[in-house]
Amino acid sequence: MAVLVDSNTRLICQGITGGAGSFHSEQMLAYGTNLVAGVTPGKGGQVFNGSIPIFNTVAEAVAETQANATVIFVPPPFAADAICEAADAGISLIVTITEGIPVNDMVRAWRYIQDKGCRMIGPNCPGIITPGQCKIGIMPGHIHKPGRIGVVSRSGTLTYEAVGQLSAIGLGQSTCIGIGGDPIIGTNHTDALKLFNDDPDTDAVIMIGEIGGSAEEAACAWAKENMTKPIIGFIAGATAPPGRRMGHAGAIISGGKGTAEAKFQAMEDAGVHVVRSPADMGAKVLEVLGG
Amino acid sequence: MKLHEYQAKDLLRKYGVPVPDGFAAHSVDEAVTAAEKLGGNFWVVKAQVHAGGRGKGRFKEVASTDVLEKVVKGVPVDGKGGVQLCRSIDDVRAAAACMIGNTLVTKQTGLDGVTVKTVLVTTGADIATELYAAVLLDRETSQVLIMASAEGGTEIEEVAEHNPDAIKKVRVDPVTGLGAWQARQVAYGLGCTGKAARGVAKILMGLYRTYMAIDASMLEINPLIITSEGEAIALDAKVSIDSNALFRQKEIASWHDPSEEDPYEVEANKYQLNFIKLDGTIGCMVNGAGLAMATMDIIQYYGASPANFLDVGGGAKTHQVKAALEIISKDPNVKAILINIFGGIMKCDVIAEGVIAAVKEVGLELPLVVRLAGTNVDLGKKLLDDSGLAITSATNLADAAEKAVAAVNA
Repeated sequence: MAVLVDSNTRLICQGITGGAGSFHSEQMLAYGTNLVAGVTPGKGGQVFNGSIPIFNTVAEAVAETQANATVIFVPPPFAADAICEAADAGISLIVTITEGIPVNDMVRAWRYIQDKGCRMIGPNCPGIITPGQCKIGIMPGHIHKPGRIGVVSRSGTLTYEAVGQLSAIGLGQSTCIGIGGDPIIGTNHTDALKLFNDDPDTDAVIMIGEIGGSAEEAACAWAKENMTKPIIGFIAGATAPPGRRMGHAGAIISGGKGTAEAKFQAMEDAGVHVVRSPADMGAKVLEVLGG
Repeated sequence: MKLHEYQAKDLLRKYGVPVPDGFAAHSVDEAVTAAEKLGGNFWVVKAQVHAGGRGKGRFKEVASTDVLEKVVKGVPVDGKGGVQLCRSIDDVRAAAACMIGNTLVTKQTGLDGVTVKTVLVTTGADIATELYAAVLLDRETSQVLIMASAEGGTEIEEVAEHNPDAIKKVRVDPVTGLGAWQARQVAYGLGCTGKAARGVAKILMGLYRTYMAIDASMLEINPLIITSEGEAIALDAKVSIDSNALFRQKEIASWHDPSEEDPYEVEANKYQLNFIKLDGTIGCMVNGAGLAMATMDIIQYYGASPANFLDVGGGAKTHQVKAALEIISKDPNVKAILINIFGGIMKCDVIAEGVIAAVKEVGLELPLVVRLAGTNVDLGKKLLDDSGLAITSATNLADAAEKAVAAVNA
């Protein structure tokens, strides 16, 4: 049954009439995702792609289509508002793709959704996919294969790299979660590891971290005590200079904290199967499962 | 985006935080006029550069190489730095002349230093106690954090190391904002009493108000001083603005000063390319920040070093790819270029077109290794193969890194 999303997921897209929203909605439909509606304020009553109804508000979309997940492509100035709207409408899974949301907006939105009984993935993430069942986000669907390896990562294309390596050696994925590169995100490494640990259809997890913050260290501390499945780990940014933001808003070593070395160390302390070369992620999974 | 001290202080003043009176000056004459306008008989002239460690910094034009090397290592040296106390107008004139147009080397700038274009002339303060205060994002709780320390004038990382109990923290619920009670808790927690405690609490409230209003990502006051009369004043100010929020901070955005940034990075920014200059020999062009870092890492893993970080982004157009290649190949250290694209949103054929156009137009002579994967990969590879250009194509990440490293070692 994989993690968080499957063929029963009923998805809406907020920002479905925008450039990225419409392009990726078509891609998600083509993959077989159960996209049931779109939301764009002012375009309610229109139809997307011949059959997908568009609503003015998320509340209307939920009332009419019983949607339980949303993917947000709303531009950065309005994205935090879109997150709050989805949470208020009772959506249980909010996947925010938008990159560049002001941090102070996220501080407020994060606080707002805490007691709404929902989970957020992202922002600034590629999304989540359960191969063969449900793709929510912008990842290239065709590189994935259904299987039993979970993938969690702060990066987009580095996740594709891991997936590509797995698929190339015949290992499919249960679910791949791109948790996002921002300093404030809804689902962190620890949350993802817990989900995979509890999922009977996941045998092992690739965990990809990067410099900045201490979420990987926290996840390793949790895993050391609780994780019953092998984790294969890589941290990006060993060559990154301190004090510089490496593309992702959250990828910065500040005050000597958040280095790749500290995170690799935390992984090793927790018994994670560490690879120092990002080209070895897939092969390491095979080695760990085979041995 | 980093602000200069005088800009930060103008903003703090606007939101009710007491700062010393002062004026920015761009010439020696302006500095003298500023001091005369401020009056009194005690001034401080401060070099306006983004780098920290100004007071302990020294000027390249007068200091010996030996002295500058010590400065960069953080070893104390004699001489005049980027913060000078002045007891007469002549002192102010001399301090401004020493700084403006000259190159300040600090622990943070490296030996290259930065040119001082502006100084801040402020009234001198009578310091009884030095504290520290900062407002920043606490990533662990996704809340804004107020952090203060009784050990002002020292870097907070150092205090955290040797005297963590001196640091007081409160986290702000965005629904209520910073409570006056929280500000008091911090002020009394630092050991302040009476008028000083009230003043510090008021400053903390003002700092939070400023932080939210200007979309700061970091706001640091070091030192926050108490005068012998018990007045609390923000004596220095270091502020960074959340670049994601610049669309609604238009005035602040207009203050952007690229002169302290690397010229390659300034050029890359014009094309919305995420570029950071490094000092290795393999130039990289990658889509996605995580994969870009991983590509740098694997270059090092195979024994060479990356010349840059470059994320061409999710929807890079041909002209951006071309600009990226031009910027990379301008760096004289670069001996080979590695392009690593995992197409998701970005199609490999678009990348291939950009690469071919750039190689032809720039007349690129450096060895070029290209690894494409993902959407339209076959189309992309065919375009490269049919181009007749000397491009080494790689089948996977390890193969790409090995080939690029072999090219620089050849």
